[in-house]
Amino acid sequence: MNNKLRCLLYAPYALWLLLFVIAPVALIFYYSFFNIAHHFTLDNYKTFFESGTYLTMTANSVFYAFLITLFTLIISYPMAYYISKLKHRDLWILLVILPTWINLLLKAYAFIGLLSHDGLVNNLSQFLGLGVHHMLFTNTSFILVAAYIQIPFMILPIYNSLLDINDSYIRASRDLGATSAQTFMKVILPLTKPGIQSGIQIVFIPSLSLFMLSRLIGGNKIITLGTAVEEHFLTTMNWGMGSTIGVVLIISMAIVMFFTSNRRKRRGPIK
Amino acid sequence: MNSKSSKFGRLYLIVIFLLLYIPIIYLIVYSFSTGTTMDNFHGFTLRHYQDLFADKRMLAIFLNTILIALLSSLISTVIGTIGAFNISNAKRRRTKQVLLSLNSILLVSPDVIIGASFLIFFTALSIPLGFWSVLLSHIAFEIPIVLLMVLPRLNEMSPSLINAAKDLGASQSQILSDIVIPFIQPGIISGFFMAITYSLDDFAVTFFVTGNGFTTLSVEIYSRARQGIDLEINALSGIMFIFSLILVVAYYFIEHQNQSGSSKKKRRLEERH
Repeated sequence: MNNKLRCLLYAPYALWLLLFVIAPVALIFYYSFFNIAHHFTLDNYKTFFESGTYLTMTANSVFYAFLITLFTLIISYPMAYYISKLKHRDLWILLVILPTWINLLLKAYAFIGLLSHDGLVNNLSQFLGLGVHHMLFTNTSFILVAAYIQIPFMILPIYNSLLDINDSYIRASRDLGATSAQTFMKVILPLTKPGIQSGIQIVFIPSLSLFMLSRLIGGNKIITLGTAVEEHFLTTMNWGMGSTIGVVLIISMAIVMFFTSNRRKRRGPIK
Repeated sequence: MNSKSSKFGRLYLIVIFLLLYIPIIYLIVYSFSTGTTMDNFHGFTLRHYQDLFADKRMLAIFLNTILIALLSSLISTVIGTIGAFNISNAKRRRTKQVLLSLNSILLVSPDVIIGASFLIFFTALSIPLGFWSVLLSHIAFEIPIVLLMVLPRLNEMSPSLINAAKDLGASQSQILSDIVIPFIQPGIISGFFMAITYSLDDFAVTFFVTGNGFTTLSVEIYSRARQGIDLEINALSGIMFIFSLILVVAYYFIEHQNQSGSSKKKRRLEERH
Protein backbone atom coordinates (compact mmCIF):
# COMPACT_ATOMS: atom_id res chain seq x y z
CA MET A 1 0.00 0.00 0.00
CA ASN A 2 2.57 2.48 1.15
CA ASN A 3 4.95 1.48 -1.61
CA LYS A 4 2.28 1.92 -4.22
CA LEU A 5 1.49 5.38 -2.91
CA ARG A 6 5.16 6.23 -2.94
CA CYS A 7 5.46 5.16 -6.58
CA LEU A 8 2.45 7.27 -7.46
CA LEU A 9 4.02 10.23 -5.74
CA TYR A 10 7.33 9.90 -7.52
CA ALA A 11 6.09 8.88 -10.94
CA PRO A 12 4.86 12.16 -12.50
CA TYR A 13 7.89 14.25 -11.71
CA ALA A 14 10.34 11.49 -12.54
CA LEU A 15 8.57 10.90 -15.84
CA TRP A 16 8.79 14.58 -16.65
CA LEU A 17 12.51 14.64 -15.85
CA LEU A 18 13.12 11.64 -18.03
CA LEU A 19 10.92 12.57 -20.98
CA PHE A 20 11.24 16.33 -21.18
CA VAL A 21 14.62 17.13 -19.68
CA ILE A 22 16.98 14.22 -20.18
CA ALA A 23 15.57 12.76 -23.41
CA PRO A 24 15.50 16.00 -25.46
CA VAL A 25 19.06 16.94 -24.49
CA ALA A 26 20.22 13.42 -25.28
CA LEU A 27 18.41 13.55 -28.63
CA ILE A 28 20.11 16.82 -29.58
CA PHE A 29 23.50 15.26 -28.89
CA TYR A 30 22.50 12.12 -30.78
CA TYR A 31 21.23 13.96 -33.84
CA SER A 32 24.35 16.08 -34.09
CA PHE A 33 26.19 12.95 -35.28
CA PHE A 34 23.92 12.37 -38.27
CA ASN A 35 23.82 14.01 -41.67
CA ILE A 36 20.76 14.72 -43.83
CA ALA A 37 20.72 11.16 -45.13
CA HIS A 38 20.70 9.78 -41.57
CA HIS A 39 24.18 8.30 -41.70
CA PHE A 40 26.38 8.40 -38.67
CA THR A 41 29.10 10.94 -39.25
CA LEU A 42 31.32 13.48 -37.56
CA ASP A 43 31.00 15.81 -40.53
CA ASN A 44 28.71 18.28 -38.79
CA TYR A 45 31.35 19.03 -36.21
CA LYS A 46 33.99 19.12 -38.88
CA THR A 47 31.94 21.61 -40.91
CA PHE A 48 31.36 23.69 -37.82
CA PHE A 49 34.99 23.98 -36.82
CA GLU A 50 36.53 24.11 -40.29
CA SER A 51 34.25 26.53 -42.08
CA GLY A 52 34.92 30.12 -41.16
CA THR A 53 31.25 31.08 -41.34
CA TYR A 54 30.14 29.06 -38.33
CA LEU A 55 33.05 30.18 -36.21
CA THR A 56 32.50 33.84 -37.10
CA MET A 57 28.82 33.36 -36.36
CA THR A 58 29.62 31.95 -32.93
CA ALA A 59 32.04 34.76 -32.21
CA ASN A 60 29.44 37.27 -33.42
CA SER A 61 26.70 35.77 -31.28
CA VAL A 62 28.82 35.81 -28.18
CA PHE A 63 29.97 39.35 -28.92
CA TYR A 64 26.42 40.60 -29.44
CA ALA A 65 25.17 38.83 -26.34
CA PHE A 66 28.06 40.39 -24.43
CA LEU A 67 27.21 43.87 -25.72
CA ILE A 68 23.51 43.43 -24.91
CA THR A 69 24.35 42.22 -21.41
CA LEU A 70 26.81 45.03 -20.76
CA PHE A 71 24.44 47.67 -22.04
CA THR A 72 21.58 46.26 -19.99
CA LEU A 73 23.72 46.11 -16.85
CA ILE A 74 24.92 49.72 -17.20
CA ILE A 75 21.34 50.97 -17.54
CA SER A 76 19.81 48.66 -14.94
CA TYR A 77 22.18 49.01 -12.00
CA PRO A 78 21.52 52.71 -11.28
CA MET A 79 17.85 52.08 -11.90
CA ALA A 80 17.73 49.29 -9.32
CA TYR A 81 19.78 51.40 -6.93
CA TYR A 82 17.51 54.44 -7.10
CA ILE A 83 14.33 52.39 -6.91
CA SER A 84 15.59 50.64 -3.78
CA LYS A 85 15.95 54.08 -2.18
CA LEU A 86 12.38 55.18 -2.91
CA LYS A 87 9.55 55.32 -0.42
CA HIS A 88 7.00 53.31 -2.37
CA ARG A 89 9.56 51.04 -3.96
CA ASP A 90 7.22 48.04 -4.18
CA LEU A 91 4.95 50.00 -6.44
CA TRP A 92 7.81 51.25 -8.62
CA ILE A 93 9.31 47.82 -9.01
CA LEU A 94 5.87 46.63 -10.05
CA LEU A 95 6.00 49.24 -12.80
CA VAL A 96 9.32 47.76 -13.91
CA ILE A 97 7.80 44.29 -14.06
CA LEU A 98 4.63 45.30 -15.86
CA PRO A 99 6.22 45.62 -19.34
CA THR A 100 7.53 42.06 -19.04
CA TRP A 101 3.92 40.88 -19.05
CA ILE A 102 3.41 42.38 -22.48
CA ASN A 103 4.13 39.83 -25.13
CA LEU A 104 7.69 40.00 -26.43
CA LEU A 105 6.53 39.95 -30.04
CA LEU A 106 4.31 42.98 -29.48
CA LYS A 107 7.25 44.93 -28.11
CA ALA A 108 9.40 43.97 -31.08
CA TYR A 109 6.54 44.99 -33.35
CA ALA A 110 6.32 48.38 -31.61
CA PHE A 111 9.95 49.01 -32.48
CA ILE A 112 9.28 48.28 -36.14
CA GLY A 113 7.00 51.33 -36.04
CA LEU A 114 9.22 53.40 -33.75
CA LEU A 115 12.38 52.93 -35.78
CA SER A 116 10.82 53.04 -39.25
CA HIS A 117 11.72 55.72 -41.77
CA ASP A 118 8.81 57.98 -40.77
CA GLY A 119 8.56 56.70 -37.22
CA LEU A 120 8.74 58.54 -33.92
CA VAL A 121 12.51 58.30 -33.48
CA ASN A 122 13.24 59.73 -36.91
CA ASN A 123 10.65 62.48 -36.40
CA LEU A 124 12.39 63.43 -33.16
CA SER A 125 15.84 63.43 -34.68
CA GLN A 126 14.56 65.53 -37.59
CA PHE A 127 12.97 67.91 -35.12
CA LEU A 128 16.30 68.22 -33.30
CA GLY A 129 18.01 68.84 -36.62
CA LEU A 130 19.89 65.55 -36.64
CA GLY A 131 18.45 64.39 -39.94
CA VAL A 132 16.78 61.12 -40.86
CA HIS A 133 18.64 57.90 -40.22
CA HIS A 134 18.10 54.45 -41.49
CA MET A 135 17.72 52.55 -38.27
CA LEU A 136 15.55 49.53 -38.81
CA PHE A 137 17.41 46.35 -39.79
CA THR A 138 20.74 47.45 -38.38
CA ASN A 139 22.95 45.92 -35.70
CA THR A 140 22.41 48.91 -33.44
CA SER A 141 18.66 48.55 -33.52
CA PHE A 142 18.97 44.85 -32.74
CA ILE A 143 21.10 45.53 -29.66
CA LEU A 144 18.82 48.37 -28.59
CA VAL A 145 15.63 46.33 -28.76
CA ALA A 146 17.21 43.29 -27.13
CA ALA A 147 18.47 45.46 -24.27
CA TYR A 148 15.04 47.09 -23.93
CA ILE A 149 13.43 43.69 -23.53
CA GLN A 150 15.99 42.46 -21.01
CA ILE A 151 16.25 45.52 -18.72
CA PRO A 152 13.51 44.45 -16.25
CA PHE A 153 15.06 41.00 -15.88
CA MET A 154 18.38 42.59 -14.99
CA ILE A 155 16.86 45.12 -12.59
CA LEU A 156 15.00 42.54 -10.48
CA PRO A 157 17.87 40.40 -9.15
CA ILE A 158 20.05 43.48 -8.55
CA TYR A 159 17.18 45.21 -6.76
CA ASN A 160 16.62 42.16 -4.56
CA SER A 161 20.30 41.97 -3.66
CA LEU A 162 20.30 45.71 -2.84
CA LEU A 163 17.38 45.19 -0.47
CA ASP A 164 19.27 42.37 1.23
CA ILE A 165 22.07 44.70 2.28
CA ASN A 166 21.97 45.40 5.97
CA ASP A 167 21.80 49.16 6.57
CA SER A 168 24.25 48.97 9.44
CA TYR A 169 27.07 48.15 6.99
CA ILE A 170 26.45 51.38 5.16
CA ARG A 171 26.21 53.37 8.36
CA ALA A 172 29.39 51.73 9.62
CA SER A 173 31.30 52.66 6.50
CA ARG A 174 30.07 56.26 6.83
CA ASP A 175 31.04 56.34 10.50
CA LEU A 176 34.49 55.12 9.60
CA GLY A 177 34.85 58.08 7.29
CA ALA A 178 34.21 56.60 3.85
CA THR A 179 32.90 58.98 1.21
CA SER A 180 29.73 57.92 -0.52
CA ALA A 181 31.74 56.87 -3.58
CA GLN A 182 33.97 54.72 -1.40
CA THR A 183 30.97 53.23 0.37
CA PHE A 184 29.49 52.32 -2.98
CA MET A 185 32.68 50.78 -4.35
CA LYS A 186 33.79 48.96 -1.24
CA VAL A 187 30.51 47.98 0.40
CA ILE A 188 27.47 48.15 -1.82
CA LEU A 189 28.96 46.85 -5.07
CA PRO A 190 30.64 43.75 -3.56
CA LEU A 191 27.49 42.91 -1.61
CA THR A 192 25.31 43.05 -4.74
CA LYS A 193 27.62 40.76 -6.69
CA PRO A 194 25.22 37.77 -6.47
CA GLY A 195 22.45 39.93 -7.94
CA ILE A 196 24.69 41.08 -10.77
CA GLN A 197 25.73 37.50 -11.46
CA SER A 198 22.21 36.18 -11.73
CA GLY A 199 21.25 39.21 -13.80
CA ILE A 200 24.04 38.42 -16.25
CA GLN A 201 22.92 34.81 -16.37
CA ILE A 202 19.31 35.76 -17.01
CA VAL A 203 20.22 38.19 -19.79
CA PHE A 204 23.22 36.62 -21.50
CA ILE A 205 21.84 33.17 -22.27
CA PRO A 206 18.59 34.25 -23.96
CA SER A 207 20.56 36.89 -25.86
CA LEU A 208 22.37 34.08 -27.68
CA SER A 209 19.10 32.90 -29.16
CA LEU A 210 16.88 35.86 -29.96
CA PHE A 211 16.10 34.68 -33.46
CA MET A 212 12.74 36.41 -33.71
CA LEU A 213 14.37 39.77 -33.00
CA SER A 214 17.07 39.30 -35.57
CA ARG A 215 14.36 38.36 -38.05
CA LEU A 216 12.03 41.27 -37.25
CA ILE A 217 14.43 44.04 -36.26
CA GLY A 218 17.84 42.92 -37.46
CA GLY A 219 16.46 42.20 -40.91
CA ASN A 220 18.22 38.84 -41.20
CA LYS A 221 21.55 40.60 -41.46
CA ILE A 222 22.56 39.42 -38.03
CA ILE A 223 22.90 35.70 -38.02
CA THR A 224 23.21 34.54 -34.45
CA LEU A 225 23.46 30.96 -33.25
CA GLY A 226 19.77 31.01 -32.44
CA THR A 227 18.85 32.16 -35.93
CA ALA A 228 21.03 29.42 -37.39
CA VAL A 229 19.36 26.73 -35.27
CA GLU A 230 15.93 27.94 -36.35
CA GLU A 231 16.99 28.00 -39.99
CA HIS A 232 18.41 24.48 -39.94
CA PHE A 233 15.42 23.01 -38.17
CA LEU A 234 12.54 24.77 -39.86
CA THR A 235 13.77 25.92 -43.26
CA THR A 236 16.57 23.77 -44.63
CA MET A 237 15.53 20.74 -42.55
CA ASN A 238 19.15 19.85 -41.82
CA TRP A 239 18.53 18.68 -38.27
CA GLY A 240 22.00 17.25 -37.84
CA MET A 241 23.73 20.57 -38.39
CA GLY A 242 21.08 22.35 -36.34
CA SER A 243 21.69 19.96 -33.46
CA THR A 244 25.43 20.52 -33.73
CA ILE A 245 24.92 24.26 -33.33
CA GLY A 246 22.56 23.42 -30.48
CA VAL A 247 25.29 21.43 -28.77
CA VAL A 248 27.63 24.41 -29.11
CA LEU A 249 24.93 26.61 -27.57
CA ILE A 250 24.44 24.18 -24.69
CA ILE A 251 28.17 24.13 -24.04
CA SER A 252 28.45 27.93 -24.09
CA MET A 253 25.49 28.05 -21.74
CA ALA A 254 27.27 25.67 -19.37
CA ILE A 255 30.36 27.89 -19.48
CA VAL A 256 28.31 30.99 -18.61
CA MET A 257 26.59 29.11 -15.80
CA PHE A 258 29.94 27.96 -14.47
CA PHE A 259 31.37 31.48 -14.34
CA THR A 260 28.29 33.07 -12.85
CA SER A 261 27.18 30.18 -10.73
CA ASN A 262 24.82 31.08 -8.04
CA ARG A 263 21.41 29.61 -7.98
CA ARG A 264 18.71 32.11 -8.63
CA LYS A 265 15.52 31.85 -10.55
CA ARG A 266 14.74 33.48 -13.81
CA ARG A 267 11.92 35.73 -12.77
CA GLY A 268 11.98 35.67 -9.01
CA PRO A 269 9.16 37.07 -6.94
CA ILE A 270 9.66 40.37 -5.25
CA LYS A 271 10.87 40.39 -1.72
CA MET B 1 21.31 60.46 -0.09
CA ASN B 2 22.23 64.08 -0.53
CA SER B 3 19.93 66.27 -2.55
CA LYS B 4 22.19 66.53 -5.61
CA SER B 5 22.41 62.82 -6.19
CA SER B 6 18.73 62.32 -5.42
CA LYS B 7 17.84 64.92 -8.06
CA PHE B 8 19.95 63.07 -10.58
CA GLY B 9 18.42 59.81 -9.41
CA ARG B 10 14.91 61.09 -9.87
CA LEU B 11 15.71 62.34 -13.35
CA TYR B 12 17.33 59.03 -14.23
CA LEU B 13 14.31 57.09 -13.02
CA ILE B 14 11.93 59.27 -15.01
CA VAL B 15 13.98 58.89 -18.21
CA ILE B 16 14.28 55.11 -17.98
CA PHE B 17 10.62 54.66 -17.04
CA LEU B 18 9.69 56.76 -20.05
CA LEU B 19 11.88 54.60 -22.26
CA LEU B 20 10.29 51.46 -20.83
CA TYR B 21 6.77 52.65 -21.47
CA ILE B 22 7.05 54.64 -24.72
CA PRO B 23 6.90 51.58 -26.99
CA ILE B 24 3.84 50.22 -25.20
CA ILE B 25 2.01 53.57 -25.17
CA TYR B 26 2.98 54.10 -28.80
CA LEU B 27 1.42 50.77 -29.78
CA ILE B 28 -1.80 51.50 -27.97
CA VAL B 29 -2.09 55.09 -29.23
CA TYR B 30 -1.82 53.96 -32.85
CA SER B 31 -4.49 51.34 -32.35
CA PHE B 32 -6.91 54.31 -32.44
CA SER B 33 -5.44 55.93 -35.55
CA THR B 34 -7.44 56.06 -38.77
CA GLY B 35 -4.30 55.54 -40.84
CA THR B 36 -2.74 52.25 -41.81
CA THR B 37 0.78 52.73 -40.48
CA MET B 38 2.45 53.75 -37.24
CA ASP B 39 3.47 57.22 -38.33
CA ASN B 40 1.52 60.50 -38.20
CA PHE B 41 -1.56 60.00 -36.11
CA HIS B 42 -4.57 60.56 -38.36
CA GLY B 43 -7.57 60.88 -36.13
CA PHE B 44 -9.53 58.80 -33.71
CA THR B 45 -11.32 55.63 -34.71
CA LEU B 46 -12.32 52.31 -33.18
CA ARG B 47 -12.20 50.62 -36.56
CA HIS B 48 -9.20 48.43 -35.79
CA TYR B 49 -10.91 47.11 -32.71
CA GLN B 50 -14.00 46.36 -34.76
CA ASP B 51 -11.82 44.57 -37.30
CA LEU B 52 -10.19 42.60 -34.52
CA PHE B 53 -13.48 41.48 -32.99
CA ALA B 54 -14.87 40.61 -36.41
CA ASP B 55 -11.78 38.55 -37.15
CA LYS B 56 -12.99 35.00 -36.51
CA ARG B 57 -9.52 33.55 -37.02
CA MET B 58 -7.99 35.86 -34.44
CA LEU B 59 -10.72 34.97 -31.95
CA ALA B 60 -10.03 31.26 -32.42
CA ILE B 61 -6.30 31.84 -31.93
CA PHE B 62 -6.97 33.91 -28.82
CA LEU B 63 -9.12 31.13 -27.35
CA ASN B 64 -6.44 28.56 -28.24
CA THR B 65 -3.83 30.61 -26.44
CA ILE B 66 -5.95 30.98 -23.31
CA LEU B 67 -6.90 27.30 -23.35
CA ILE B 68 -3.28 26.20 -23.67
CA ALA B 69 -2.23 28.63 -20.91
CA LEU B 70 -4.89 27.48 -18.43
CA LEU B 71 -4.63 23.76 -19.12
CA SER B 72 -0.85 23.65 -19.12
CA SER B 73 -0.66 25.78 -15.96
CA LEU B 74 -3.09 23.53 -14.10
CA ILE B 75 -1.26 20.34 -15.02
CA SER B 76 2.21 21.80 -14.47
CA THR B 77 1.13 23.17 -11.07
CA VAL B 78 0.11 19.66 -9.98
CA ILE B 79 3.29 17.99 -11.28
CA GLY B 80 5.53 20.81 -10.09
CA THR B 81 4.05 20.64 -6.59
CA ILE B 82 4.57 16.87 -6.52
CA GLY B 83 8.14 17.48 -7.67
CA ALA B 84 8.67 19.95 -4.84
CA PHE B 85 7.49 17.25 -2.40
CA ASN B 86 9.90 14.78 -3.95
CA ILE B 87 12.84 17.14 -3.63
CA SER B 88 12.05 18.21 -0.08
CA ASN B 89 11.57 14.56 0.94
CA ALA B 90 14.89 13.49 -0.56
CA LYS B 91 17.03 12.12 2.23
CA ARG B 92 20.50 12.88 0.95
CA ARG B 93 21.75 16.37 0.19
CA ARG B 94 23.47 15.04 -2.91
CA THR B 95 20.16 13.80 -4.36
CA LYS B 96 18.57 17.19 -3.68
CA GLN B 97 21.38 18.99 -5.47
CA VAL B 98 21.17 16.72 -8.52
CA LEU B 99 17.39 17.04 -8.72
CA LEU B 100 17.57 20.82 -8.40
CA SER B 101 20.19 21.08 -11.13
CA LEU B 102 18.12 18.88 -13.45
CA ASN B 103 15.11 21.02 -12.61
CA SER B 104 16.84 24.21 -13.64
CA ILE B 105 18.02 22.91 -17.03
CA LEU B 106 14.81 23.98 -18.76
CA LEU B 107 14.81 27.31 -16.93
CA VAL B 108 18.20 28.40 -18.17
CA SER B 109 18.26 26.80 -21.61
CA PRO B 110 17.90 29.13 -24.55
CA ASP B 111 14.37 28.89 -25.95
CA VAL B 112 15.69 27.79 -29.31
CA ILE B 113 17.31 24.72 -27.79
CA ILE B 114 14.15 23.78 -25.90
CA GLY B 115 12.10 24.22 -29.07
CA ALA B 116 14.48 22.28 -31.30
CA SER B 117 14.97 19.42 -28.85
CA PHE B 118 11.21 19.08 -28.29
CA LEU B 119 10.68 19.06 -32.04
CA ILE B 120 13.11 16.16 -32.38
CA PHE B 121 11.48 14.45 -29.42
CA PHE B 122 7.91 14.69 -30.75
CA THR B 123 9.00 13.59 -34.19
CA ALA B 124 10.87 10.62 -32.74
CA LEU B 125 7.75 9.57 -30.85
CA SER B 126 5.64 10.44 -33.91
CA ILE B 127 3.40 12.73 -31.87
CA PRO B 128 1.61 14.93 -34.42
CA LEU B 129 2.52 18.62 -34.24
CA GLY B 130 -0.37 20.82 -33.21
CA PHE B 131 -2.45 21.30 -30.09
CA TRP B 132 -1.03 18.34 -28.18
CA SER B 133 2.61 19.02 -28.90
CA VAL B 134 2.21 22.67 -27.89
CA LEU B 135 0.33 21.71 -24.71
CA LEU B 136 2.96 19.13 -23.72
CA SER B 137 5.84 21.55 -24.32
CA HIS B 138 4.16 24.26 -22.29
CA ILE B 139 3.58 21.84 -19.41
CA ALA B 140 7.21 20.78 -19.68
CA PHE B 141 8.77 24.23 -19.40
CA GLU B 142 6.33 25.46 -16.74
CA ILE B 143 6.99 22.64 -14.27
CA PRO B 144 10.39 23.91 -13.06
CA ILE B 145 9.11 27.41 -12.31
CA VAL B 146 6.17 26.05 -10.29
CA LEU B 147 8.56 23.83 -8.36
CA LEU B 148 10.81 26.77 -7.52
CA MET B 149 7.81 28.70 -6.20
CA VAL B 150 6.52 25.85 -4.02
CA LEU B 151 9.80 24.49 -2.66
CA PRO B 152 10.69 27.44 -0.37
CA ARG B 153 7.31 27.18 1.36
CA LEU B 154 7.78 23.46 1.88
CA ASN B 155 11.22 24.06 3.35
CA GLU B 156 9.81 26.71 5.70
CA MET B 157 7.32 24.27 7.17
CA SER B 158 8.57 22.97 10.49
CA PRO B 159 8.49 19.19 11.00
CA SER B 160 7.00 19.71 14.46
CA LEU B 161 3.74 20.78 12.79
CA ILE B 162 3.46 17.37 11.15
CA ASN B 163 4.56 15.57 14.27
CA ALA B 164 1.97 17.39 16.33
CA ALA B 165 -0.73 16.43 13.86
CA LYS B 166 0.40 12.81 13.98
CA ASP B 167 0.36 12.85 17.77
CA LEU B 168 -3.17 14.19 17.67
CA GLY B 169 -4.15 11.23 15.52
CA ALA B 170 -4.39 12.73 12.05
CA SER B 171 -4.17 10.32 9.15
CA GLN B 172 -1.72 10.83 6.27
CA SER B 173 -4.40 12.24 4.01
CA GLN B 174 -5.64 14.60 6.73
CA ILE B 175 -2.13 15.89 7.31
CA LEU B 176 -1.82 16.57 3.62
CA SER B 177 -5.20 18.24 3.12
CA ASP B 178 -5.49 20.15 6.42
CA ILE B 179 -1.91 21.15 7.15
CA VAL B 180 0.55 20.83 4.30
CA ILE B 181 -1.57 22.06 1.40
CA PRO B 182 -2.91 25.18 3.21
CA PHE B 183 0.61 26.03 4.31
CA ILE B 184 2.14 25.85 0.85
CA GLN B 185 -0.91 27.31 -0.92
CA PRO B 186 0.63 30.76 -1.54
CA GLY B 187 3.54 29.10 -3.30
CA ILE B 188 1.17 27.02 -5.40
CA ILE B 189 -0.84 30.08 -6.41
CA SER B 190 2.24 32.11 -7.38
CA GLY B 191 3.53 29.12 -9.29
CA PHE B 192 0.25 28.82 -11.16
CA PHE B 193 0.29 32.50 -12.09
CA MET B 194 3.91 32.34 -13.19
CA ALA B 195 3.09 29.34 -15.33
CA ILE B 196 0.28 31.26 -17.02
CA THR B 197 2.56 34.17 -17.83
CA TYR B 198 5.26 31.85 -19.15
CA SER B 199 2.70 30.21 -21.38
CA LEU B 200 1.20 33.45 -22.68
CA ASP B 201 4.63 34.91 -23.28
CA ASP B 202 6.21 32.00 -25.04
CA PHE B 203 7.05 32.31 -28.68
CA ALA B 204 10.17 30.36 -29.59
CA VAL B 205 9.22 26.95 -28.22
CA THR B 206 5.70 27.13 -29.63
CA PHE B 207 7.07 28.28 -32.97
CA PHE B 208 9.14 25.10 -33.20
CA VAL B 209 6.56 22.58 -32.11
CA THR B 210 3.42 23.96 -33.70
CA GLY B 211 2.67 22.38 -37.02
CA ASN B 212 0.56 23.89 -39.74
CA GLY B 213 -2.92 24.83 -38.68
CA PHE B 214 -2.49 25.37 -34.95
CA THR B 215 -1.24 28.78 -33.82
CA THR B 216 -1.03 30.81 -30.66
CA LEU B 217 -1.12 34.60 -30.44
CA SER B 218 2.65 34.98 -30.29
CA VAL B 219 3.21 32.96 -33.44
CA GLU B 220 0.39 34.80 -35.21
CA ILE B 221 1.80 38.20 -34.25
CA TYR B 222 5.20 37.12 -35.52
CA SER B 223 3.93 36.03 -38.90
CA ARG B 224 1.83 39.20 -39.28
CA ALA B 225 4.63 41.49 -38.15
CA ARG B 226 6.94 39.96 -40.74
CA GLN B 227 4.52 41.15 -43.38
CA GLY B 228 4.77 44.72 -42.07
CA ILE B 229 2.62 47.06 -40.04
CA ASP B 230 -0.96 46.02 -39.45
CA LEU B 231 -2.91 48.17 -37.01
CA GLU B 232 -5.06 45.23 -36.03
CA ILE B 233 -2.02 44.03 -34.09
CA ASN B 234 -2.02 47.38 -32.28
CA ALA B 235 -5.63 46.84 -31.30
CA LEU B 236 -4.67 43.39 -30.08
CA SER B 237 -1.86 44.83 -27.98
CA GLY B 238 -4.33 47.27 -26.43
CA ILE B 239 -6.53 44.35 -25.40
CA MET B 240 -3.54 42.34 -24.18
CA PHE B 241 -2.21 45.24 -22.15
CA ILE B 242 -5.51 45.50 -20.28
CA PHE B 243 -5.44 41.74 -19.83
CA SER B 244 -1.92 41.79 -18.37
CA LEU B 245 -2.85 44.66 -16.09
CA ILE B 246 -5.75 42.65 -14.71
CA LEU B 247 -3.47 39.64 -14.25
CA VAL B 248 -0.79 41.68 -12.48
CA VAL B 249 -3.29 43.31 -10.16
CA ALA B 250 -4.90 39.95 -9.40
CA TYR B 251 -1.52 38.36 -8.74
CA TYR B 252 -0.38 41.06 -6.35
CA PHE B 253 -3.74 41.21 -4.66
CA ILE B 254 -3.50 37.47 -3.94
CA GLU B 255 0.14 37.80 -2.86
CA HIS B 256 -0.75 40.70 -0.59
CA GLN B 257 -3.66 38.78 0.89
CA ASN B 258 -1.33 35.90 1.62
CA GLN B 259 1.26 38.13 3.20
CA SER B 260 -1.22 39.90 5.41
CA GLY B 261 -2.78 36.53 6.22
CA SER B 262 0.51 35.04 7.27
CA SER B 263 1.43 38.12 9.28
CA LYS B 264 -1.92 37.87 11.07
CA LYS B 265 -1.12 34.27 11.85
CA LYS B 266 2.29 35.25 13.12
CA ARG B 267 0.77 37.92 15.34
CA ARG B 268 -1.72 35.46 16.72
CA LEU B 269 1.05 33.02 17.47
CA GLU B 270 3.06 35.72 19.18
CA GLU B 271 0.10 36.69 21.33
CA ARG B 272 -0.21 33.16 22.56
CA HIS B 273 3.39 33.00 23.68
